[in-house]
Amino acid sequence: MVRTFDALTDGSIRVSVTYLEAIREAQAHVLENDERVFIYGQDIAGKFGGAFKATKGLAERFPGRVLNTPISEDAMVGTAIGAALEGMRPIVEMQFADFSSIALNQILNNAGTHYYRTNVPVPITVRLPSGGTKGSGPFHSQSMEGLYSHYPGVIVMTPATVEDAYTMLIDAVAIDDPVVYCEHKYLYYHLKADALPKEKMPIGQARIVRPGRDLTIVSYSAMLHESLAVAKQLSAEGYEIEVVDLRTVKPLDTNTVLASVARTGRLLCVGEAFPWGGVTAEVIARVASEGFHLLDAAPGRVNAKDTPIPYHPNLWSEHRPNAKTIAAKARQILAE
Amino acid sequence: MAKSKMLQTAERGAATLKKAPHERYIEAFRWMWLARVLEEKLASLYRGGMITGGVYLGRGQEAVSAACGMFLDKSKGDVFAPLIRDQAGRSAFGEPLIDVARTYLGSRLGPMRGRDGNIHRGRPLDNQLAMISHLGAMVSVITGKLLAKRMKGEKGFVGLTTIGDGGMQTGATHEGMNIAAVERVPLVVVATNNHYSYSTPNDRTFACADLVDRAKGYGYEGYNVDGTDLAACLDVIETAVKRARAGRPPQLVVASTLRLAGHGEHDDASYVTEEIKREPFAQDALMRTEKFIVEQELLDRDALQQMRAEIAAEVDEAVATAQQEDAPHASDEEWCGLSTRSLMDQFA
Repeated sequence: MVRTFDALTDGSIRVSVTYLEAIREAQAHVLENDERVFIYGQDIAGKFGGAFKATKGLAERFPGRVLNTPISEDAMVGTAIGAALEGMRPIVEMQFADFSSIALNQILNNAGTHYYRTNVPVPITVRLPSGGTKGSGPFHSQSMEGLYSHYPGVIVMTPATVEDAYTMLIDAVAIDDPVVYCEHKYLYYHLKADALPKEKMPIGQARIVRPGRDLTIVSYSAMLHESLAVAKQLSAEGYEIEVVDLRTVKPLDTNTVLASVARTGRLLCVGEAFPWGGVTAEVIARVASEGFHLLDAAPGRVNAKDTPIPYHPNLWSEHRPNAKTIAAKARQILAE
Repeated sequence: MAKSKMLQTAERGAATLKKAPHERYIEAFRWMWLARVLEEKLASLYRGGMITGGVYLGRGQEAVSAACGMFLDKSKGDVFAPLIRDQAGRSAFGEPLIDVARTYLGSRLGPMRGRDGNIHRGRPLDNQLAMISHLGAMVSVITGKLLAKRMKGEKGFVGLTTIGDGGMQTGATHEGMNIAAVERVPLVVVATNNHYSYSTPNDRTFACADLVDRAKGYGYEGYNVDGTDLAACLDVIETAVKRARAGRPPQLVVASTLRLAGHGEHDDASYVTEEIKREPFAQDALMRTEKFIVEQELLDRDALQQMRAEIAAEVDEAVATAQQEDAPHASDEEWCGLSTRSLMDQFA
């Protein structure tokens, strides 16, 4: 399908759209359609358009609404909170998810508590370029969705597809509550779709990406694609793996997961974040608690290793879950 | 940094008192007295076990706090982000006494409905922001309010936030003060150095000669003021508010006082030295103001008596009302941290 994307500065016709372009297009869409929206972040304005070019062309197209900030993650989010209380719909771009640790206080203690404390919601969207890429090392690779989900008062989105990257970001801005939007850097260029979606799935609903009968793999974000690769691989061995994309890790669509486990009797959770606690542990805890009788084997999970994220590709590729480690764990559960 | 005319005015202290308009001075004194009486009442309720959680007093800081509230005008869209010791300023800005009583006593009818207590209260839609305990967090929040007002095309508004010698040292304060200057929003930051950050004196809190020296580094206009001198506080803060409103860079006012109470009422403040209690900034601003009013006969004894009686009655009524109100009940609490009910995570 051929389509013109207005926000692309070169005005060229594209026959496909990447995950990154979908994020840029979603921002162009909300800037175009909602005068309350502005984008606040480091190096996002001017011709530069952000460390990953997620806002390229937007500052010129929407003057005064794509604003560079100092290197002040706390104050970026604090300012967004104040603007949201004044009726705006700010999007904050963190340059890397890792740096949002500086803004944890504003996101979780300020924005996350505000509605419960005062009855006034804080409609901010904080974009976190998340996850590992080759050579990025301990401070430019983190996956922080589990950490944000642990606290009340925020919604945590982890889109795994071009379509979700687009529609969920538009939804994030429309939602009255704070949204942490975890966009995966590995997917920025690797993932392409024919066109931007015309339809969307509701927020808070997981998707069965691949139906199966022998094992449920629950995943999200970039790990969805590793999980799908494993499902394809095991299919050749005669196993039919059902793959669930959580889409949002908070709220977590427990019902869809339980329904899948009811069909397969086996569960494997795959996440790129550190192993202690987090999304995969939460999914297993819920299934064990509410669907213990559905399980024919002990549920398993694959996460990153419990060390800082290493720089060298030889180490990094084994630190994160990969098709090999996921397949090994899947076979172990299937053999039980 | 060259001292401004305003700073010199402030330093003249008592000399400016006679020039201060009497009505304004009396009005400020009334807010100060109200804060003192209300806080004494809260402290007494706390000692009697009637208040759960902390009680934090602004004793000694009433002059600077009252001045913070008095020059803000809600009809102009002004925003106030008060902190822990700002009862006088909150009242002057327009916070009803019943909000205070309800929050401290945990009434379900208060602005926080039992979900948060004491000084965290606020009415964000009424431009009084609800502080969190993490110091400095509100500097960037009020900056965002002001930035958004400008984006919406509003004009003539100003924001004021307060901080202390302790709070001035956080990273959030630094980021917030800097971003306010970068955005050039009409902001006044009033830092009251009450010489103790909880129990820690200034020599373990900062190493610059004077906190006001930071104004230049941030691109602010900065002033010192004697926080025990009401007329000086009124002059300096009025001018800072006017200058911010007129489009000058953000303003930093550093007031000097001694905290004449514990950090909270749980704290006997035994670490406050006898030596520091003899410093000029250790004077009780309220007593100093009252003495001046009596000496200068700005109010006669009958009028003073009547004012005190009125305030005592107002405070008693607010407390009595809140005491009769229902507390929140866990059984009918919604337990929902999101306004988007449909997106609440469902836990088993």
